[in-house]
Amino acid sequence: MVEKFDAIVIGAGPSGNAATYTLAKQGLKVLQLERGEYPGAKNVQGGIMYAHELEKIIPDFRDDCPTERHIIEQRIWLLGDDNYIGTNYRSESYNSDTPNRYTIIRANIDKWWGERIRKVGGLQICETTVTELIRDASGKVIGVRTDREGGEIHADVVIMADGVNALLAKRSGFQGEAAPENVALAVKEILFIDPELIQQRFGIKEDEGVVIEIMGKVTKGMVGTAFLYTNKESLTIGIGCLISDFKEGDCTPYKMLEDLKNHPVIKPLIEGAEMKEYAAHMIPEGGFKAIPQLYGDGWMVVGDAAHFNNAAHREGSNLAMASGRMAAETVIALKEAGKPFVAGNLAAYKKALDDSFIIKDLKKYRELPGIMHANKQFFGAYPDEITQAAHNWFTVDSVDKRTKEVSIMKSFVKRRSVFGLVGDAIKLVRAMR
Amino acid sequence: MNMMVPMVKVEEKLYQNRYIVDESRPHIQIKDADVCKSCEKQACTFCCPAACYSKNELGSVTLATDGCLECGTCRVVCQDKGNIAWDYPRGGYGISYKFG
Repeated sequence: MVEKFDAIVIGAGPSGNAATYTLAKQGLKVLQLERGEYPGAKNVQGGIMYAHELEKIIPDFRDDCPTERHIIEQRIWLLGDDNYIGTNYRSESYNSDTPNRYTIIRANIDKWWGERIRKVGGLQICETTVTELIRDASGKVIGVRTDREGGEIHADVVIMADGVNALLAKRSGFQGEAAPENVALAVKEILFIDPELIQQRFGIKEDEGVVIEIMGKVTKGMVGTAFLYTNKESLTIGIGCLISDFKEGDCTPYKMLEDLKNHPVIKPLIEGAEMKEYAAHMIPEGGFKAIPQLYGDGWMVVGDAAHFNNAAHREGSNLAMASGRMAAETVIALKEAGKPFVAGNLAAYKKALDDSFIIKDLKKYRELPGIMHANKQFFGAYPDEITQAAHNWFTVDSVDKRTKEVSIMKSFVKRRSVFGLVGDAIKLVRAMR
Repeated sequence: MNMMVPMVKVEEKLYQNRYIVDESRPHIQIKDADVCKSCEKQACTFCCPAACYSKNELGSVTLATDGCLECGTCRVVCQDKGNIAWDYPRGGYGISYKFG
């Protein structure tokens, strides 16, 4: 006798956890399958967690959720060869009882979430890889096959939350392979260090955190960004670029990370820290135009597997959690109405996404990935020119200011031409509007 | 070759990670060594963040999956040739991130 559930959720990342928790809390019979040794064992995130979306799903999450530091300051740095120019935003108001953003260690959060899922009656099974979807004669998904003995399990609906690789959706013909220009490869390390040193170096108190988002010469002209985040007793540092750029072979990912760690601006911040883990992960960067088919007869796809990532704002986990919740809410509504889980009815999930910040934001930036990919000057020439201009401008050397202005302008025009500069401005507006 | 320097470093990085190795059951395989021979770029050898792929003396590519971080980059870079059979390890095996 094959066991049957109301829903099977594949994967214990942010989207799968959100879906499973929402379904279980509503009393549905839900099974979550995770291939890792424990929830989080296969997950990689920078990571910043956005409170608002988690709060919608678990209002009292702050009672016991193992977050690291709440963020009170955001820095955006453009790195040159040995310098940087940047902006900071810091606000005391982020020191509230309900902070907006936290730094997190992904595995800690997913273990915590696993416990919360069990508390509301969800069944989470780890160390189980789903090998394929089971479909009936009409093609409707009716369950999954796993690598465990007698591993066939049925359900009314299968929610694929298996991450950026989305192997099941690809094998089932629901989506194609991601183009190299639509995915980034990011590598990162966690560096353990005395919390007192974190507080001194970043100018923060216990529990307060800083995020630094980085662009510039560290990506060697490739389309990419880097980051440095403060955890409680560790720092997370990472860098990622489009795979289409890595494919050109100018620099390996680990060399790029090593060079970032040795950059004269970054090195003093991480000095003396002990590296405890090295991770790599792909990030969906194709935006709105790369979103695959999201639902069909008996199935839905959520989170990274659905290519939900807002590259411009570096938001991914909140889109994952929101899409997981929306998929679950669609299931709950159909169950209550006694309707079948066919594509026509599951279209309500797509409607919910369309009406939410997920699709609205991705649509707003739909031109951004293409423009960035085709215009590498935003990652090569401009960081170079801007940091050099800053150096020229702020160095006091008896050259009059008018001459400095002219020399800076000339340098920009020489690099990009007047038409190039105007064209780039137009492209930026098109990408962001 | 200057590629040797970063390769040494990546091994030091991978040494910090926890792996549960599924002995003699690699989850990724090169389908046909001759296809790699005819591949001009062999981009897998410099894109893989764990340096699992290396050029060999036969002009082809050797794959050792023990350090694999299961990111999927090799599958994406090789999609034109389609010469990589990429699967997840069996449940419980492979990279096991303590922090992620």
